[in-house]
Amino acid sequence: MSETSQATISAPVSPGRAKFLRFLVRDAGVLLALVLITVFFSATAPYFATSGNALKIFVQIAINTVLAAGMTFVILSGGIDLSVGSVLALCTVVGATVMIDESLSPGVAILLALLACMATGAVCGFLNGWISTRWKIPSFIVTLGMLNMAAGAARVVSDNSTITGLPQSFVDFGNLIIGGFLPSIFLIAVLVIAAGWFVLRFTVFGRMIFAVGTNDEAVRLSGHNPDFYKVAAFTISGLTAGIAAMVYLLRLNIGSPIAGVGYELNAIAAVIIGGTSLSGGKGSIIGTLVGACILQVLSTGLQLLGVGDNFKPIVIGLVIVLAVILDAYRERLLRVIR
Amino acid sequence: MDAILSLEGVGKIFPGAVALSEVSLSIARGETHIILGENGAGKSTLIKLLAGIYQPDSGSIAFNGQAYRPKTPHDAQLSGIRIVHQELNLLPYLSIAENLMLEKLPRRAFGIVDGKALNSRALALLKEVGLDIDPRTRVEALGVAQMQLVEIAKALSNDSKLLVLDEPTATLTPPEIERLFAIIKRLKAKGVTIIYISHRLHEVFEIGDRVTVLRNGKLVATHDLQGLTVPHLVRMMIGRDIADEYGFDASIVPGTVALSVANLKRSAETPEISFAVRHGEILGVAGLVGSGRTEAMRALFGADPKLDGVVEIDGKPVAITAPKDAVRHGLSLLTEDRKGQGLLLDMAVDKNITITDLSKISRNGLINRRAESAAANDLVGQLRVKASSIEQAVRNLSGGNQQKVVLAKWLFRGTSTLILDEPTRGVDIGARREIYQLLWMLAAAKKGIIMVSSDLPELMGMCHRIIVFSKNKIVGDVPRAAFDQEHILSLAYQEYVRP
Ligand SMILES: Nc1ncnc2c1ncn2[C@@H]1O[C@H](COP(=O)(O)OP(=O)(O)OP(=O)(O)O)[C@@H](O)[C@H]1O
Ligand SMILES: [Mg+2]
Repeated sequence: MSETSQATISAPVSPGRAKFLRFLVRDAGVLLALVLITVFFSATAPYFATSGNALKIFVQIAINTVLAAGMTFVILSGGIDLSVGSVLALCTVVGATVMIDESLSPGVAILLALLACMATGAVCGFLNGWISTRWKIPSFIVTLGMLNMAAGAARVVSDNSTITGLPQSFVDFGNLIIGGFLPSIFLIAVLVIAAGWFVLRFTVFGRMIFAVGTNDEAVRLSGHNPDFYKVAAFTISGLTAGIAAMVYLLRLNIGSPIAGVGYELNAIAAVIIGGTSLSGGKGSIIGTLVGACILQVLSTGLQLLGVGDNFKPIVIGLVIVLAVILDAYRERLLRVIR
Repeated sequence: MDAILSLEGVGKIFPGAVALSEVSLSIARGETHIILGENGAGKSTLIKLLAGIYQPDSGSIAFNGQAYRPKTPHDAQLSGIRIVHQELNLLPYLSIAENLMLEKLPRRAFGIVDGKALNSRALALLKEVGLDIDPRTRVEALGVAQMQLVEIAKALSNDSKLLVLDEPTATLTPPEIERLFAIIKRLKAKGVTIIYISHRLHEVFEIGDRVTVLRNGKLVATHDLQGLTVPHLVRMMIGRDIADEYGFDASIVPGTVALSVANLKRSAETPEISFAVRHGEILGVAGLVGSGRTEAMRALFGADPKLDGVVEIDGKPVAITAPKDAVRHGLSLLTEDRKGQGLLLDMAVDKNITITDLSKISRNGLINRRAESAAANDLVGQLRVKASSIEQAVRNLSGGNQQKVVLAKWLFRGTSTLILDEPTRGVDIGARREIYQLLWMLAAAKKGIIMVSSDLPELMGMCHRIIVFSKNKIVGDVPRAAFDQEHILSLAYQEYVRP
């Protein structure tokens, strides 16, 4: 058809520049916040800017980062998972029980423990997802139930006691600092994030997670089964809770039924500070890593500054609220830029 | 002229689009002013400036002789401006009555909502717009046209000096439109000024005094409507003529039956229905608002549960219990509610288009972004979607362009039978023409097409056959040779006038 009308795509702001602006607002914002508070504490807190302290921070964020990676999937798909802390506890006692089995050689025991942790976590996560989609119950409620059930199960499995005596090679690996700067458990956390990033960014599955979180009815009417992806997201969250339990064992060398209390809130905080929207469909897992870093840097920095244990939670709580407020502004900005 | 509203050099820029530039316009007190323009011309943006949703980047607005700078929709209401927006904004989990009265819920002592007064007032408003539904019904249970009527009723619930209607008739059928026009005339007689936006060019002559045309954010002209005809309006809007809008292709002869539905029963109260569409046939589905057309299509597609019925594709019975079964068997359903059921509003244009068949642009579960962009760009070009890029969020497209994206996503899937529920809702006349041509291409490729539309002339222009719904029942199957607006309408009324 011949016509006089204009080209379809007209752009005073070039798409490339819009992309860059989007990147600045979405990802660079949190990164900048991390840099700023790091600089702040380096300048004010004694011992903060030492390599020893940096190593300590890397070690400390590992568990939360792994949990938060799975949590990112759940929140992106439009749910929430309050059970990861006690699922982690359950997995630590399961993993430790397997590992101290004398009839197995250490290598086999460790491998089996890893599989047992991942399987236990995945089953808990699957149940979360299946129950909440099958009976259309908000995941908030279902995972609150799982929080209690898994905590109870952890006590049953461990007979309400901590489990010690893990293989020496396992303990040694947990203390390993590769090349003098990279703690082994931090490496695990980064690998989990990298895997999550790859899945969310490049795969069909990842695309569907975003789509389901954006509008699950539209996804259903497009010929998909949104529940499948929701259940998968919860299963992934359970799986990462299992991996986080292994990291816990590496770091603390005990399986404990009272491990992980409150971990779910730290994981959610990392995800939200990292810019993932609680209403689903928007966010990034790299942001989650940065969010976890921000939380730990704050915590360590405040401690080194001599802010008492009573005041620390107040400050951190404020930061979380601030992050959500900023998120509201960021959404508005992004809406205009896209 | 006594101007109630005047705009001076108003401009609004979004990153990626100049929505309005240098628009100067005055609306006379008491007139009904029509605003026309292609999809993305800036009509809704202009309205949103009046509503206080956006603020102009340049220029000034005066209302009632005073500078008018609303910061929020509440400011606009206080000034006496009422607006029915193009996109529906009702709260789905509240009742119709609560939605209607949300601003001023009738109260008893201690702030307790007076349920009786609430429902009786709501009932009166619904009666005015001709919606015969219990006001306690939750809004989520309504069809799009019914929601549109609730929006209109809501605007009538308070007195206003200026009433703005942004494409109120896009989903309405003739009786509702007639009633709306009667309301408009009555308000006009009371001295209310009205701004009215529509893509249904034939209807504006009945109510309009003057018309303003926008193109690419600029004002083309303001005219008295008297003495103008549809072709004049089209030329002002798109700068060219459109001959033979529908382009009925007589060379296409429908073949064997592609899809047939026998004894489909949705619920205990609704009657059984049966119909069929052939390969290469465009089957129209007519009926009044709420006559059960959309519901029948949804049940057939597996989107809603059904009690009974046999669906056959190419003569073979298929089991459809969820949309994914329907899609697997080669059906598509373009839903009437693009915002709630069609689009991933916060996701980009390309991702919206490819969601219907990601296997086409992926290998081993990995998405090939380049293939995705190419496919999306192709369809965006074909349908002339106006977007700053295919990475723009669909939320920021104009209404008509969003509609084109919904169509594009099903064209991308390319299934053998398409069910299109209001495919041209809010699409401008130029782009309609292109969509019609596409449909003829699909028909020539032997696809079966079912077209549900509230626009009767459109159905009569496009279809080989029209089936007519009345109160959930199929009351007529009219071949093209017997098309007659009066006849089809009387069929549509049939079950409602019966004692
Ligand atoms: N929030 C926004 N961000 C970016 N661009 C926008 C935004 N809102 C509107 N636009 C752009 O401004 C232009 C005008 O849009 P507008 O909604 O006013 O069109 P319209 O005339 O109402 O079209 P339609 O007939 O399709 O409803 C479009 O190109 C649209 O993409
Ligand atoms: Mg519009």
